[in-house]
Amino acid sequence: MSGGEKSLYCPASQLTHPDLISLTVGEGAKGSRDFLDRFIFSRFKGSSLAERLDAGSITCDSTQLAFTTDSFVVDPYFFPGGDIGKLAVCGTLNDLCMVGALPRWISLSLILEEGFACSHLAIILDSVCHWSERATVEVVCGDTKVIPKGKMDGIFINTSGIGVRSPIGNLFTEPIAEGDVIIVSGPIGSHGMAVMAARTPGLVENPIESDCGLLLPVLRALIENDIPVKAMRDATRGGVAAVLHEWARQFGISLSIEEPHIPVRDDVRGLTELLGLDPLFVANEGTMVLIVSDKDRETTLAAMQSVPISQQAVVIGKVVSRRHVPVSMIRGIGREVAVHEPTGALLPRIC
Amino acid sequence: MKYLDEFRDRQKCQFLLERILANCSRKWTIMEVCGGQTHGLLKFGIEEALRDRIEMIHGPGCPVCVTSTTAIDRAIEFAFQTDTLLVCFGDMLRVPGSSISLAQAKTLGAHVMTVYSPLDAVKIALKESNKKIVFMAVGFETTVPATAVAILQAVKHQLANFFVLLSHVRVAPAMEYILQQGDCRIDGFLAAGHVCTIMGTQECTELSERYQVPIAVTGFEPLDLLVGIEQCVMLLEKRKSAVSNSYSRVVLDSGNERAKECMREVFEVSDQDWRGLGLVPRGGYRLREKYESFNADSATAIHDASCRITGLDSKAMQQKLSDRMTVVQKDAINCRSGDVLMGRIKPQACPHFGKECTPQTPCGAPMVSSEGACAAYFQYARHESDLALDPEKESKL
Repeated sequence: MSGGEKSLYCPASQLTHPDLISLTVGEGAKGSRDFLDRFIFSRFKGSSLAERLDAGSITCDSTQLAFTTDSFVVDPYFFPGGDIGKLAVCGTLNDLCMVGALPRWISLSLILEEGFACSHLAIILDSVCHWSERATVEVVCGDTKVIPKGKMDGIFINTSGIGVRSPIGNLFTEPIAEGDVIIVSGPIGSHGMAVMAARTPGLVENPIESDCGLLLPVLRALIENDIPVKAMRDATRGGVAAVLHEWARQFGISLSIEEPHIPVRDDVRGLTELLGLDPLFVANEGTMVLIVSDKDRETTLAAMQSVPISQQAVVIGKVVSRRHVPVSMIRGIGREVAVHEPTGALLPRIC
Repeated sequence: MKYLDEFRDRQKCQFLLERILANCSRKWTIMEVCGGQTHGLLKFGIEEALRDRIEMIHGPGCPVCVTSTTAIDRAIEFAFQTDTLLVCFGDMLRVPGSSISLAQAKTLGAHVMTVYSPLDAVKIALKESNKKIVFMAVGFETTVPATAVAILQAVKHQLANFFVLLSHVRVAPAMEYILQQGDCRIDGFLAAGHVCTIMGTQECTELSERYQVPIAVTGFEPLDLLVGIEQCVMLLEKRKSAVSNSYSRVVLDSGNERAKECMREVFEVSDQDWRGLGLVPRGGYRLREKYESFNADSATAIHDASCRITGLDSKAMQQKLSDRMTVVQKDAINCRSGDVLMGRIKPQACPHFGKECTPQTPCGAPMVSSEGACAAYFQYARHESDLALDPEKESKL
């Protein structure tokens, strides 16, 4: 929508927004951004919040900390490659990692539906335990609420996390410039397609595995190797496309990527093609995108590829001079087309 | 990936592009009928690459786009009824009816569920025997057989709680309808590969003979599209009106006999109201009399005036909603999606395109669907002239 000038009424916005919360608010990208602008940023003016990063920065007695929170409501709560417990730990810790913080403490809030199977809860909590131990993070507080049957769906988890932004190595020291390269840590679109397939039995022959995982080892590798990472984000809701659009807005740059270079697993690609979706817009839960200078391309890739979760790290594009199109992609047959900003739910096509 | 990468081969595509351009003795106007083809042409930059010699105009082959507002309004009414669950394809959710969309109805408390197949709706009806399940049956001949099979399954299971809100459409009569318009400037067609997979090439042959127009049955990947365009151009250059099947790895001349049999068993051809086009003679289907009990519009069991949320009946609910949105009504009339669907204008010629009307805030159906022409232009081509360096301009996003 155009910025400054607004006509007296916007018929379309009235058409599509009776004033009620819709599902698009929680689906990342533009729907979430509009919601945050209207309800959150208009009220809460803290400087850390205003940075709109995955985690807020706080300074306590000259120690730089990062603080984040996230709620997890995935359906189904067991999916190939993970469960809601693993997701609740990795999701929050990944948010800390993306601002360069080494995670130290998390909280664990459980909201359970009356009648939820204790055996399922045990598996989920074992998962929380396993993944927090792997990250050497301590669960320091928590809460449990039970909601009458039928008033919610199974289990929701909220975790908050605190990390220490030290040592931070060479992260975020250099400004983004034309010619910088965009790197993705691994094949994209796996989590969104894994969950979609798991929700619909019979949709695919073999289960699709989520990329749900901990990005902490990647952060450690980047810090240890003194890589001057200029920007990094985990590409959750809205996928890689949402991250690129956010960067274009945040840094006033344009980004150009090449489709043939973007890694997508065959099973994921098969399902997205079948449903008429683009993996670029599909959620990930253990895949990150980062920007480094072209001269650091090889050292960055080497550092990332030394860690299992990002061993398939690859350059997918570059920062280009500012132009009217924030994000563009060179498609398979060599033509450059615009990549639009994801707007909300991915709707499978009819035929 | 097998069966995909071969059809996106950069060198082969470039080679074909150049050969097509070299073989055009004049500028041709070709309509691709199917929305999936429109997206392919835009997504891979083929439309732009051919633009000097071939004008591609985008046909009405987007099932969501041509579903009438009346059908959507009816679906919303059903969704608000007590003990009724409206089941539809995901694409339908955001399409505006005369006042709101199914997605908005859902936020207001209507019961709407999306499925991938009509057979899923039958499964739901079996499981939720205390609810009435209304399946919103939309789409071209690609989805008609699945609806037919769903109804046959419902017969087999003796389901009394399964109904269909029928809004299926037929491609060939729509092509004919467009050809009959006085301002039609189409030289040739790319026929919809998936529809021909079911129906075969017979209907295309009849059209081609009757209206002296060449038709190439075409697939959806870049190479498929280019081969179809090349065959259509070859026929045009030879002044030959014939049908060429350039999608023979999928389409048999006879089509899918088994699917056609199911369709014939359950449905008969009827006139159909198309959004944007109006009443298209023989443009859709109705249930044969023996299956009429599955018709959501006539089954007495389903009519229930009480409305789930406020005690308003559904008519009053619609009224209340449209009162809130009177401004919209005025402007929705100016939405030029009908002209887009008929190939009269390109999406960006509409004054609302990319301004009030975006995929998130659609005025018309072609901006909603993943197969709609407006959505394709918004996604892939809206900025193409701006792809050049232009630091002066502020991003309007």
